[in-house]
Amino acid sequence: MRSPESLSLALVAAALGLSLPAQSTTYGLGRAPKPGEIEMWDIAISPDGKELPRGSGTAIEGGKVYAANCAACHGKTGTEGPNDVLVGGQGSLNTKKPVKTIGSYWPYATTVWDYINRSMPYNKPGSLSADEVYAVTAHLLFLNGIIRKDELMNAKTLPQVKMPNRNGFIADPRPDWNIGGSSRR
Amino acid sequence: MKTRSSNRRDFLKSGAGVGGALLVGADSGNAAPNPQSAQPDAAQPAPDDPTKVPGVPARPYGERSRFERILRTPSPQGTSSGTPLQDLTGIITPSSLHFERHHAGVPDIDPRRHRLLIHGMVDRPLILTMDELKRFPSVSRIYFMECSGNGYRRKGGRTVQEAHGLVSCAEWTGVALSLLLSEAGVQQGAGWIVAEGSDAAKMTRSIPLTKAMNDVLVAYGQNGEALRPEQGYPVRLFVPGWEGNICVKWLRRIKVVDQPYMTREETSKYTDLMPDGKARQFTFEMDPKSLITFPSGGQKLPGPGFYEISGLAWSGRGAIRRVEVSVDGGRIWQDARLQSPVLPIAFTRFRFGWKWDGAEVVLQSRCTDEHGDVQPVLEDLVRARGENWGYHFNPIQGWKVSADGSVQNALA
Repeated sequence: MRSPESLSLALVAAALGLSLPAQSTTYGLGRAPKPGEIEMWDIAISPDGKELPRGSGTAIEGGKVYAANCAACHGKTGTEGPNDVLVGGQGSLNTKKPVKTIGSYWPYATTVWDYINRSMPYNKPGSLSADEVYAVTAHLLFLNGIIRKDELMNAKTLPQVKMPNRNGFIADPRPDWNIGGSSRR
Repeated sequence: MKTRSSNRRDFLKSGAGVGGALLVGADSGNAAPNPQSAQPDAAQPAPDDPTKVPGVPARPYGERSRFERILRTPSPQGTSSGTPLQDLTGIITPSSLHFERHHAGVPDIDPRRHRLLIHGMVDRPLILTMDELKRFPSVSRIYFMECSGNGYRRKGGRTVQEAHGLVSCAEWTGVALSLLLSEAGVQQGAGWIVAEGSDAAKMTRSIPLTKAMNDVLVAYGQNGEALRPEQGYPVRLFVPGWEGNICVKWLRRIKVVDQPYMTREETSKYTDLMPDGKARQFTFEMDPKSLITFPSGGQKLPGPGFYEISGLAWSGRGAIRRVEVSVDGGRIWQDARLQSPVLPIAFTRFRFGWKWDGAEVVLQSRCTDEHGDVQPVLEDLVRARGENWGYHFNPIQGWKVSADGSVQNALA
């Protein structure tokens, strides 16, 4: 996607015997990040967990973090609401009343860590330490019967947690309706 | 590209000239500290004859007439507001009425301190200020945007706004994401980008690199001025034709990666359960959809006679090729007139002359896009997807006109 200007600039440079640096940008706008700058921003956690920070926690500490920061909106046991139900619902997805929770629906444990770390608690996002996020994630996995209460969650163990609905997602085939035989697929 | 950018500079120059002249006029003609206060308040009657009294002086920022009252309707939780499509004309949604949806409120961002980081699997990670971003060659495009939860299954709604107000259409100006990614140098093995917002939810979505390199904009302009705060000021992603949620607002970071990051908004939300308990994921494109906006739910026809049925059609996969209208509950379909311009991935306004005889009728519209995809009826979708889905809701919408002229949602 080089613009005509940049191509002609390169040709002129070549004709004059100048060498443009191999790492140069076309427009020369912006700057390279300083050392450490990217790490500060790089909070998104992939399913393989390679960006997870140091720290750890179990459901034992996580229960306290949950009670202090989460229970007001999600209920004492994660089932009462008023906001999203976090616990239960396993086996309900193919029924008339599916209950989509972390335990029944979320395919990756890394997503739980990522979402709590980036967005929760709603009124004070970013206020939990890495240890607290590991602990409250462990607590929610424990309440859903996915890990033991004393199981330590950290950068190594969390990505290995097998979520019950890990294989529950499929690609979308739409347009999937057929009206008068005119659908193109 | 060269021609376009020099045109833009000329435009900016001449715009500054006009603005300067207006300011001089305002200074000499009006000593009031706040010219807005010159507008009479809504309770005051208008003059009997506006030709007999001087009007208000020029104002620095325009307001609609005090007699115009149409509004967005914020949801009870304040996380979204719907566009009053039934009260709008043409295809462009005014910025103040463009629908909004956010996950942790609208952030207050100083553009001088905002930065966009592009990094990950690139040769040259890049940090851009807003001023630097705007110096890249830019484009303006007219596109609709629809929340994938618009009309969410069984939500119902009395009016177009209540039932389908989370869709709007505007002119968006920005820099092609492909240009910024080329500038950073995408590495072999990259397949996706992760886009992250600077709001309190730090909203994050994964987008396939093929789309990112195709027509995605890093947009800073909306309908000729800066983005509105609720639309992502100072900069957002605009992903043409794809669900609104993926057009990450208050954009602060783009990371080039090898796989989707399976964020909360692309796993727990914005996925649809099928009858077997499997969920469809990464349903990106918005399907062809049309709505009659007049006559529509909540409105009342004064009596039998001529009416111009009018509405909007759009498809995330391209241009609208055809809109048909039925005035007998779906037995006979007739072609509506498409008003130009008919642009890809934009609202298309359709019109259809109709003489109402005063009997109860159901009015419906049905669109076909350039690929031949025809807007389905709800039963088609239920047959294909069962009962547990809700996003990307695009069935034919009927409005029932009763003998007294009142109009109700026939789908709710």
